[in-house]
Amino acid sequence: MQTLAIKAESLSYVYQPHSVIALDEVSFEVGKGEFVAIIGQNGAGKTTLLENIAGLLKPTRGKVLVEDLDTNQSTVAELSMRVGLVLQNPDQQLFTQTVEEEIAFGPRNLKLPDSEVASRVEEVIAKLELERFRQEFPLALSIGDRARVVIASVLAMRPHIILLDEPTMGQDYRGHRQTMDIARQLHQEGHTIVIATHHMDLVAEYSRRIIVLCQGKILLDDTPAAVFSQPEVLLRTHIAPPQITQLAQSLTPSLGFSRGALTVVELGEEVLDKVNRRESITKKQKLTPVEKARDSGRYDLFQEGR
Amino acid sequence: MITKEPYIVISDVSYRYSDAEHYALEELNFTIYKGEFVVILGEHLAGKSTFCQILNGVVPNFKGGEMKGSVIVDGLNTQEVSVAEMAQKVGMVLQDPAAQLFTTKVINEVAFGPENLCLDVDEILERVRWALQVVGLAGFEERSPTSLSGGQQQRLAIAAALAMRPEVLVLDEATSQLDPIGTIEIFSLVQELNKKYNMTIVIATHKSEEAAQFADRILILHQHRLIAQGVPQEIYQNTKLLEQVNIPSPQVSRLATYLEEHSLRLPEFPITIEQARKGIEQLVRRSKNCRL
Repeated sequence: MQTLAIKAESLSYVYQPHSVIALDEVSFEVGKGEFVAIIGQNGAGKTTLLENIAGLLKPTRGKVLVEDLDTNQSTVAELSMRVGLVLQNPDQQLFTQTVEEEIAFGPRNLKLPDSEVASRVEEVIAKLELERFRQEFPLALSIGDRARVVIASVLAMRPHIILLDEPTMGQDYRGHRQTMDIARQLHQEGHTIVIATHHMDLVAEYSRRIIVLCQGKILLDDTPAAVFSQPEVLLRTHIAPPQITQLAQSLTPSLGFSRGALTVVELGEEVLDKVNRRESITKKQKLTPVEKARDSGRYDLFQEGR
Repeated sequence: MITKEPYIVISDVSYRYSDAEHYALEELNFTIYKGEFVVILGEHLAGKSTFCQILNGVVPNFKGGEMKGSVIVDGLNTQEVSVAEMAQKVGMVLQDPAAQLFTTKVINEVAFGPENLCLDVDEILERVRWALQVVGLAGFEERSPTSLSGGQQQRLAIAAALAMRPEVLVLDEATSQLDPIGTIEIFSLVQELNKKYNMTIVIATHKSEEAAQFADRILILHQHRLIAQGVPQEIYQNTKLLEQVNIPSPQVSRLATYLEEHSLRLPEFPITIEQARKGIEQLVRRSKNCRL
């Protein structure tokens, strides 16, 4: 059986003083090495869920297991070596004077020897290409670079599980892709990734599994193809499939499109297939007998025809 | 309804923040007409936020720095009137809602602007009710703004701007954290205000699919300069330029480009789902008919 990374059992979380139920009896398991996207409308409970996994919030009812630890019985410090959280807004997470210090802060709190702290700092600086910023003030960097510094400081703790809460906020398209590419790279290196986002085109392209939240409950938990094939269900939590999938779904059924395309290339290939193949058939039908012979490789006939 | 009445006239504007080495905006010349729906696209740091802030005079009146040229809004030079006066004409929603919200209750946040206009209590309450209703936050009146989710805070910031019933509404990436339907709702709402009250709309965004669908005109800022403007169809058709300046196209436009790269041209370059659907179906039917 696949090793367990995260398990939520009837997890409920209620914010006080207004008794807002953010999570309502949520249960799911995430195996080690999965790449899971969490989607759902504003206020659906995405951030609350991630903060419960990281142990920053403790369940009002039910429980969360992170690997072998029950978050109810573990400190954030203990959990931080297993699970790292990248917040929605990097500015809420950055606080030191230099990028280097920011990254070293976590490992130093683990009371690691200086040499180990230094080597971890070097490793993540190289990985996230932060060399030229190492002495800079983190909050003075551009939003994309600030997000990379946060990811670097989380990675320096060497957590197995990385949670990203809408890491694409305030970034342009290139920034979005860069962050998703970093997440993909970390996933390929064996990390478990859980990412909350509103960018359905990126979700469709990068994730293998989607958990859809709606008013604190799990509405769907399936592959991107299965989730996005249910637009009327997704509408209940204010989600629309990626534009390209919507286009595929709008095509007249009798034309025979699969209606499940998740990326531009996928639908592009389908269109080419339909139009080109048919054109080549069409051409063949209009060929003269000589051309037909040549086309079918019957050169003997062709010779005769001449 | 777009009129031919110039409402915001930007002439030879260059602006540099104090202590900055480089200009945030350079040699900007541009006119926005009354009732227009304008979308500004550009990479991160291209100058979009500064562009938004010259429209209500926060730049340079509040931010200092060095400004050349002039911005005239409804006949008033932004550098000659107070930010408070401009606030009644130009409503602004910032990128980071947390930077804008400051009261302890949702209802107070939305009422703050109208209260400062010294309106009747009934009028204030009516505006608050309406504004919370249209952004989908009715029922949240007594909640603390800090207790709201990121997307809900953005909705609240938009409600606070709407309660001022401004003639121009400027949204600076104000839908960045909204869910997909929420984004479309806000764009549709803004379009409704645009049509119903002839409110002039300026939106800086990275969301190309909404830009394509809703804008009357799109401007592209690149490295602090205005490098292109036109109706969405023209702008998105220029795939080379967009690629150069790192601006994404709607997925349906990218599909058309992909097909073109494989020598298949849709009858019309699509920027919306409907256009793409028609084009694809036409091609497939045509090839089917040829076959029959």
